[in-house]
Amino acid sequence: MSLWEYANPVKFLRLSERVLPTLWILAISSTVLGLGWGFFFTPDDIRQGSTVKIIYIHVPAALMAINAWFMMLVASLIWLIRRHHVSALAAKAAAPVGVVMTVIALVTGAIWGQPMWGTWWVWDPRLTSFLILFLFYLGYIALWEAIEDSDTAADLTAVLCMVGSVFAILSRYAVNFWSQGLHQGTSIPVATGERSVADVFFVPLLISMVGFGLLFLALTLYRTGTEIRLRRTKALLAREGRN
Amino acid sequence: MKALLIRDIRLAVRAGGGFGLGLAFFLIVIVIVPFAVGADTGLLAKIAPGVLWIGALLACLLSIDRLLALDFEDGTLDLLATAPMPLEATLSVKALAHWITTGLPLVIAAPILGVLMNLPTQGYGWLVLSLLLGTPALSVIGTFGAALTAGIKRGGLLLSLLVLPLYVPTLIFGAEVARRGAEGTDVSTSILLLAGISAATIALMPFASAVVLKVNLR
Amino acid sequence: MLPDLGKYADAVLSAYAVSIVLLIGLILMSMLKGRRVRKQMQKIEMRGDVNG
Repeated sequence: MSLWEYANPVKFLRLSERVLPTLWILAISSTVLGLGWGFFFTPDDIRQGSTVKIIYIHVPAALMAINAWFMMLVASLIWLIRRHHVSALAAKAAAPVGVVMTVIALVTGAIWGQPMWGTWWVWDPRLTSFLILFLFYLGYIALWEAIEDSDTAADLTAVLCMVGSVFAILSRYAVNFWSQGLHQGTSIPVATGERSVADVFFVPLLISMVGFGLLFLALTLYRTGTEIRLRRTKALLAREGRN
Repeated sequence: MKALLIRDIRLAVRAGGGFGLGLAFFLIVIVIVPFAVGADTGLLAKIAPGVLWIGALLACLLSIDRLLALDFEDGTLDLLATAPMPLEATLSVKALAHWITTGLPLVIAAPILGVLMNLPTQGYGWLVLSLLLGTPALSVIGTFGAALTAGIKRGGLLLSLLVLPLYVPTLIFGAEVARRGAEGTDVSTSILLLAGISAATIALMPFASAVVLKVNLR
Repeated sequence: MLPDLGKYADAVLSAYAVSIVLLIGLILMSMLKGRRVRKQMQKIEMRGDVNG
């Protein structure tokens, strides 16, 4: 009996090996293009000066922070319903990427706001929500690490992801409600795509968003491959141990 | 069901069951706050509702650890899982026992500790009400965390990391009710949202908890 | 070569620097782990082939 219980892992690895080189190249070049264009060739904003250039990192990172979690949610559901190990491992693989995106969003958000606020942090509803998202990511990753049996870990983290998603959305609304009670400082120009952006900023921003998206894809694909191999290694070791 | 409830309450109340610990912890947390922020009564009065909520929340969290751990280790949980009573109901009862032995005493103790924090007079009623409405949610959400970490030795810290973010909405609205009540501003929206969250979590969390506990009992 | 960032130069540059460092760090760590796991798997697979 093959240790590869499903054909999926094998097919997945084969596909990702073929796709990854091109994907990496596309991801890095579009990111460099977007950021480079934005950094070097766009004008300053009237109110925010050159800090507006941070938008090319902050917005794509924030977007991916949320999309990564959403992808984890879908992957968790697929695991719970269809028991494809590749799906569970993909969620596990995506989490650290999501965490890094969240941290980048938080740090760039704080740096962006500092000249306006005069302080490194304010409990702006958007930043606060991302801070909460960061905590959810940490809990998810910690739970994966804490559980020995990989199927148990997959199940538990999948449910945690689902419950966490509900509470994350709930928290978003709660934080909005809560921040109304706080003194309204200068409203942060930090936006995640809702603010209408002038054309001259928009194209490099779009390219950066694509770049970050492709980066997430490449990283997650690569890391899922690693997780699959790790799982196979453990299975092989277990079989050796039994013989 | 009643038998399980009484058993759990009795277990929590007897020596070593941790009954008084939650209260004592609540007291200690409140006592050390002025040492940390200074004794200015104006400041204390302002932060009283929030600090009291934090103290109650942490005291609740502390005793979640023992909610399932003991029964998990000695096999009682396996028995309960295969009993005719559905696991969701079992976990709801356990959460209720937790609330009666931990949450409820905190609600009763809160006004006394409010005195220490110079809580404005008009805030007492709202503080008690907000805790009364909110602590059941804390018990039920905590039960989910306990079920999640049931199989992990010394999973207390992980439990806190997982549960505290889930506590945020309840805390926000609960503390909001307490704060606005103390200030005298409108609490109606906050109360509705707080009650809504509690009702929803009480109804739904046991199902998630049961799923997760079954995984751990495999 | 750098555009005139004015008084916000520190802010913009540090934002870019931190982000790039984090991203490169993530990529590097992912690759290191990936290589390690791949090598380990190949080693064990070869042992399996030898022993049949």
